Amino acid sequence: MRDTFSRILYQVAKADPKICIVVADISPAGSMNQYRQEFPDRFMNVGVAEQAMIGFCAGLAMRGMKPYAYTIATFALYRPFEQIRVDLCYQNLPVTVVGIGGGVVYSVLGGTHHAQEDIAIMSALPNMSIVAPCDPLEAEAATWVSAKHQGPMYLRLGKAGEPVLTANAPDKFEFGKARCIKAGSGTAVLSYGIITKMALELVAKIEKEQGGQVAAYSIHTVKPLDQAGIAKILQQYDRVIVVEEHSLQAGLAMQTRALAFECGARCKLHTFSLQDEFIHFYGSHGDLLKQHGLHPELMYQKIYA
Amino acid sequence: MTATKPQFDAAASRTRCWQMRKRILEISQKVSALHIAGAYSCLEIVDTIYHGLMRRDADGNSPDTFILSKGHGSMAQYTVLENLGVIKPADLNLYCQPGGKLATHPDYGLPGIEASTGSLGHGLGLGIGMALADNIQKQDRTIYVVLSDGEMEEGSVWEAMLLAPSLGVKNIVAVADLNDFQSLGQTSKILPNFYPFDEKARAFGWEAVEIDGHNPQAVHDAIVARKGDKPLMVGARTIKGKGVSYMENVPIWHYRSPNPQEYQQAIAELDHAYHS
Repeated sequence: MRDTFSRILYQVAKADPKICIVVADISPAGSMNQYRQEFPDRFMNVGVAEQAMIGFCAGLAMRGMKPYAYTIATFALYRPFEQIRVDLCYQNLPVTVVGIGGGVVYSVLGGTHHAQEDIAIMSALPNMSIVAPCDPLEAEAATWVSAKHQGPMYLRLGKAGEPVLTANAPDKFEFGKARCIKAGSGTAVLSYGIITKMALELVAKIEKEQGGQVAAYSIHTVKPLDQAGIAKILQQYDRVIVVEEHSLQAGLAMQTRALAFECGARCKLHTFSLQDEFIHFYGSHGDLLKQHGLHPELMYQKIYA
Repeated sequence: MTATKPQFDAAASRTRCWQMRKRILEISQKVSALHIAGAYSCLEIVDTIYHGLMRRDADGNSPDTFILSKGHGSMAQYTVLENLGVIKPADLNLYCQPGGKLATHPDYGLPGIEASTGSLGHGLGLGIGMALADNIQKQDRTIYVVLSDGEMEEGSVWEAMLLAPSLGVKNIVAVADLNDFQSLGQTSKILPNFYPFDEKARAFGWEAVEIDGHNPQAVHDAIVARKGDKPLMVGARTIKGKGVSYMENVPIWHYRSPNPQEYQQAIAELDHAYHS
């Protein structure tokens, strides 16, 4: 996903001289080299100084540039939170904050590197948009969208090596719209970001055990949330399952519950989020997710208990 | 249209600052509180930058940018902008009142206001971003940023200080309003290692100078004399509440309006000092 972002950003930068990337000593490796060679004056490393990174990007944007601030998600959002709030959101500037490692993908690096409440925090900011692509193809589409976006955006990316999930998706990627990535009936699974891979594993498990075709949706735009689209899903399916790599508070799960209440949905609704806890468990990303209760088998058992 | 540096007249600046101090007092009588003392400490600095340094074309437009990073000193910027005809007197009269546009802190997008400030430690980073964008876009613009000494306790200021010369940004002039006071007391007592100030700026790669911040000519000359191969930091020694005896160096006047009697006394003192 990281490589996809830098590959597309290179293409975007080629077409638009206002594009620039500002990193805080963390850079998308590999394919960024081409960008750096061709546009050396539009690649800036501010050092390990995230407050400076965001303030600096705001200044660039105030002069008509289109900056991307880039580092690990926790550092990109938490240290310079007030710069994001005041410099970017209050002034409504077109700066995209790219957070690598959204969720707990940096599993063994520990809680300092886990962005497990990033959606809640960014959602609370007026003017902020949040896009969390589920695979490299969505990351590509999201990067193009970000380049044209008029206000601040948080682009929540994974890391590297994510599989393609949406090559045959029935719906196209459209900013602000829930996207059907697999057709089905009766049951629908909603997810966003790289845990969508696991959501699709759950889909396969349900289909294997229960038969039928289960639908899957990528809710890539977490803010503004496609409330009408989700309400429609809640009314269209008998069973709706939300899988997210984020704490329950103010994530997709909580918002879907609220929407279900508002629209008087009659479906069964099951939600799976990260625990409201710093879990000191060290293993793979999948191992840590399992500790949080996020595993196709565990979720299946809860749904059909 | 070519923008040129205005001729600077220090005597005219002195007159304007006297009038603006009285105008700020006048506004103070319409609201329950305002940041009067911090506006008084940076008034000559702000006036000099706008009237003596920022270039203007025949229509009064400037390629240069002013950011009041110590946003609580807004009354200094508002009165200077009023003087320049950018802010309408009717709008300043409605400062912090229903129907008005002007708040305690400058708001991005209002006439003459190029950044939302009020939370300390933001302006310098913004200014450096603008300065670098101007370099990339080959625009000849200078960014002036006015900070407070209390503000410089924010770590973000030092991140920005380290960044500007590292990126080769030269077209930025920062002026630190060294009034030696913050909300709870004297900076030199709360954080004595803030001083010596100019040495720190130099150590971070800036050209640095310290001057009397209430002397408009000194402010003007220090900035004009800069070598230009580095960003410039001017340490402007000032007095918080300058010009009104009971406000000078008294922390409660950080955010307070004088009562009618105090108001009359302040006007009398300012008039006396100006005419003597």
